[in-house]
Amino acid sequence: MNVGIGLPNTKHDITGEIMVTWARKADEGPFTSLGVLDRMVYQSTEPLMTLAAVAGVTQRVRLAATIIAAPLRNTVLLAKQAATLDLLSGGRLVLGVALGARREDYEAVGAQYRGRARRFNEQLLTLRTFWEDHTAVGPRPVQSGGPPLLVGGMSDQTFARVARYADGYIHGGGPPRAFARAAQRARAAWEDAGRPGTPMLWGMAYFAFGKEAVEASRQYLLDYYAFTGPFARRIAEGLLTTPQAVRQFIRGYADAGCDELILFPGVSDPEQLDRLADILEG
Amino acid sequence: MRITVIGGGPAGLYAALLLKKRYRDWHIEVYERNPAGATYGWGVVFSDRTLGELREADYTSYTEITDNFVIWDTIDVWYRGQLTRCRGHVFAGIARRKLLAILQARCRELGVLLHFEAEIEDPTQFISSADVLIAADGVNSVVRSTFAEVFRPSMVLGTARYIWLGTDKVLDAFTFIFRETEHGLFQVHAYPFDGNTSTFIVECSEDTWRHAGLDQADEAESLAFCQQLFSDHLGEHRLLSNRSRWIRFITLRNRTWHYENMVLLGDAAHTAHFSIGSGTKLAMEDAIVLANAFEEHGDDLEAVFDEYESLRKPKVEAFQQAAVESQTYFEHVRRYLHMEPVQFTFHLLTRSGRMSFDNLRLRDPTFINAVEHSCASDDGKLSAALFVPPPLLTPVRLGPTQLPNRLVLALSPDVGARDGVLPEAFVSHVLDGAHRAPALLLFPPVAVSAEGRMTPECPGLYRPEHRDAWATLMEQVHASTSARVIAHLSHAGRRGATRPRRHGLDLPLPPEAQWPLLAPSPLPYTPMSPTPRAMDRQEMEQVREAFVRAARLAAEAGVDVLQINMAHGYLLASFLSPLTNRREDEYGGPLENRMRYPLEVFQAVRAVWPEERPLGVTLTVSDQEPEGFTPEEAVTVGRELKMLGCDFIQVAVGQTTPHTRPAYGPAFLKVYSDLIRNEVHIPTVCGGYLTTADHVNTLVAAGRADLCIVSLEDYP
Repeated sequence: MNVGIGLPNTKHDITGEIMVTWARKADEGPFTSLGVLDRMVYQSTEPLMTLAAVAGVTQRVRLAATIIAAPLRNTVLLAKQAATLDLLSGGRLVLGVALGARREDYEAVGAQYRGRARRFNEQLLTLRTFWEDHTAVGPRPVQSGGPPLLVGGMSDQTFARVARYADGYIHGGGPPRAFARAAQRARAAWEDAGRPGTPMLWGMAYFAFGKEAVEASRQYLLDYYAFTGPFARRIAEGLLTTPQAVRQFIRGYADAGCDELILFPGVSDPEQLDRLADILEG
Repeated sequence: MRITVIGGGPAGLYAALLLKKRYRDWHIEVYERNPAGATYGWGVVFSDRTLGELREADYTSYTEITDNFVIWDTIDVWYRGQLTRCRGHVFAGIARRKLLAILQARCRELGVLLHFEAEIEDPTQFISSADVLIAADGVNSVVRSTFAEVFRPSMVLGTARYIWLGTDKVLDAFTFIFRETEHGLFQVHAYPFDGNTSTFIVECSEDTWRHAGLDQADEAESLAFCQQLFSDHLGEHRLLSNRSRWIRFITLRNRTWHYENMVLLGDAAHTAHFSIGSGTKLAMEDAIVLANAFEEHGDDLEAVFDEYESLRKPKVEAFQQAAVESQTYFEHVRRYLHMEPVQFTFHLLTRSGRMSFDNLRLRDPTFINAVEHSCASDDGKLSAALFVPPPLLTPVRLGPTQLPNRLVLALSPDVGARDGVLPEAFVSHVLDGAHRAPALLLFPPVAVSAEGRMTPECPGLYRPEHRDAWATLMEQVHASTSARVIAHLSHAGRRGATRPRRHGLDLPLPPEAQWPLLAPSPLPYTPMSPTPRAMDRQEMEQVREAFVRAARLAAEAGVDVLQINMAHGYLLASFLSPLTNRREDEYGGPLENRMRYPLEVFQAVRAVWPEERPLGVTLTVSDQEPEGFTPEEAVTVGRELKMLGCDFIQVAVGQTTPHTRPAYGPAFLKVYSDLIRNEVHIPTVCGGYLTTADHVNTLVAAGRADLCIVSLEDYP
């Protein structure tokens, strides 16, 4: 299993310099990918633009949109942005997409909340044709057939989408047990659809080391996930705060068949990345 | 803090005492509409796991409850007058009256105020007078119905009738009795709960209930009827009634379990069918979690209730899911009356999916030994052999052919054929698969014509050179292994002319590479798919003849087993489904018409396919969409196919349109296989992500499937 690291693109104190430092360090470190989160109504940076900014200062790591709410975006523009990012990064883009649960995000961009599931299906169906066919809307992505497309979510419909439209599944976070159950649903759907091989399986989690960082991260998680109601506390409790917790978590995900686990920082201090790198290399 | 509890059942009393124990200065009152000593249930059951939680929550009441427990470890199943026994389960029973007395005494000891015969008609008075209103007032909760637009309750009524009786016969096991009568089947769920009495629930279908005249019977007549019906089991013992009447079970769910200062507990929030016991267990667990949440969040009610609901709701919903499966089993148990006693019992024990072959082997090796001996014999009676193989390695008959085991290996869907010709790499993949020693190797769909291909890389059986390549392949497989090969004949219909599935399903080929598509009606599969042509009679004959030609070529090539695709929205399946068949001729409309063409194709193939080789069908059992093809229709089609000489059915669901979304997960097709096998009485092949030997053993031993599909991806 590969381990990637998330960029702090939803932290209030982010600057261009901090972001670029994270990206450089990640590229030099043991990480295989850089993740970004997506939120419209929040003090966060736009995920695809953030990835574009860090594409220029990295050579090696994959750039993973984890996870963007696709129906908030125009499909053709999204296809073009993704193809552009794939081209400019030399074929390093992974595109994770989901419905997005927050009505306020839809209202903010003037997108219809109702009927979003059907629109999402249509987007998934069309994205690929822009990348695979040589339509008038370019550019051609570097990766054959376009960047790998991962679908996130937890409903029965999610897993049907993974099998029907995507290259894999991206889980939204939780203990290894929860990931394993979701992974089985994705594999069951994949097999039933007669897709060759197995779906790519990606997971994510949050980490923070040191008393202050842990406390600040918990506050951040309670705030960022306030829209989930009681689950914000669950998510905050799931924060990985010790080397042992990180190692056990990684082992649990690897055993459950995860291909790539992205660990997101709870605070934006790049020193957190160094500490995580030490654990992974240790 | 002032806490008002409405309802003095186990949930309400237990919540009151747990809170009072921790917060001695809180003012806690319980309102119960019945008198102190009255209760209308008999006994309640607990499983061993619950007990630890009770012990931690309140040791005093725990000791008293367990002192009064009747404990047993056996499930007895009386069926066809014969007893089959399975041990190793832990159950504990207690009289409901005793349980309530213990909880009431403990409440009083701690200083909870109990009001009996206090009927609350308007709970709104407590919203302002109390800080917290705990609604533990049962399935007919007044609080919940007063705020129904907030809690949004959904109630699903079961189809069976049951009556909750007691008996003075002391049982020593959880006892199921199945009794066939001239009116229909009756079943009993009975268990002990104190030293003198047992609960005795009698259940039957609505039809049976009416036929037996029980809809007209009063309490005494119903009691006499049951006493008479089970006189051989009861002997000199008597059935007892306590305001008992024939009712239908209500499965209750609520959108939310709390509102402002109100919170729902126990049956007021959720019910789960009695056949997996027990509402009381769930109710008391609710109370424990609520009390813990108060401890964690103090008087922040929003946080307390959020914590309670977020912890309990997923657990209760999982339990309700298992309960629904168990309830469905009992509502359809007549379907399984053809089974021999051991298999019948194994099927019953594994009904809700919570117990498997391996679980039961740990609990009762003797019982599983009997299950294995039953699977290993031809007639379901017990084999005389000392040792027998596990169910998945037992032989099975598929029409004229005896197969050595129950495993069907699904070959990779990534064939990479050119013009229908199998490439070298795939031939070696088939041979590798054959060496893994499955009974059968299942090909991905093989096109009966170039136009019938899903993708340009589909294998085909429509040209002499295809036959020759298959003949060579069959020789190679047969020369070195005993595996048999299934050619799965298919016409893609409106799902044709798509790209290979590396990046997704049903992505149309670029326009210049497409070929014209055929379907019953001119409806494109996705908004991007080309529109198919509605088939005329001549085209229908041509496609039928293509199936016949493919069957002939397969027979000549020495293919062992042939299977015709009527699933997943391909051509023949799209005739079956009303979603895709809008024809107005004799091939559209009612099921009789929709199935006409698929059956004609089947008959034509049967006529040319050698009698000594099995012929089967892959059949969609449910579209899983509103207005779609239903399981009942699938049973009808299955029966027709069987009459026409079909030897087996592989079950499938969904994909009729791109909008279906089955509940994917391990063994997700098992209920459909169970339905077809036991309603149509035809061997079934079941896939649906079976990844362990335990899955296969459990399905085969229970008679839910005859053969199981496994994939090399899961057994690398």
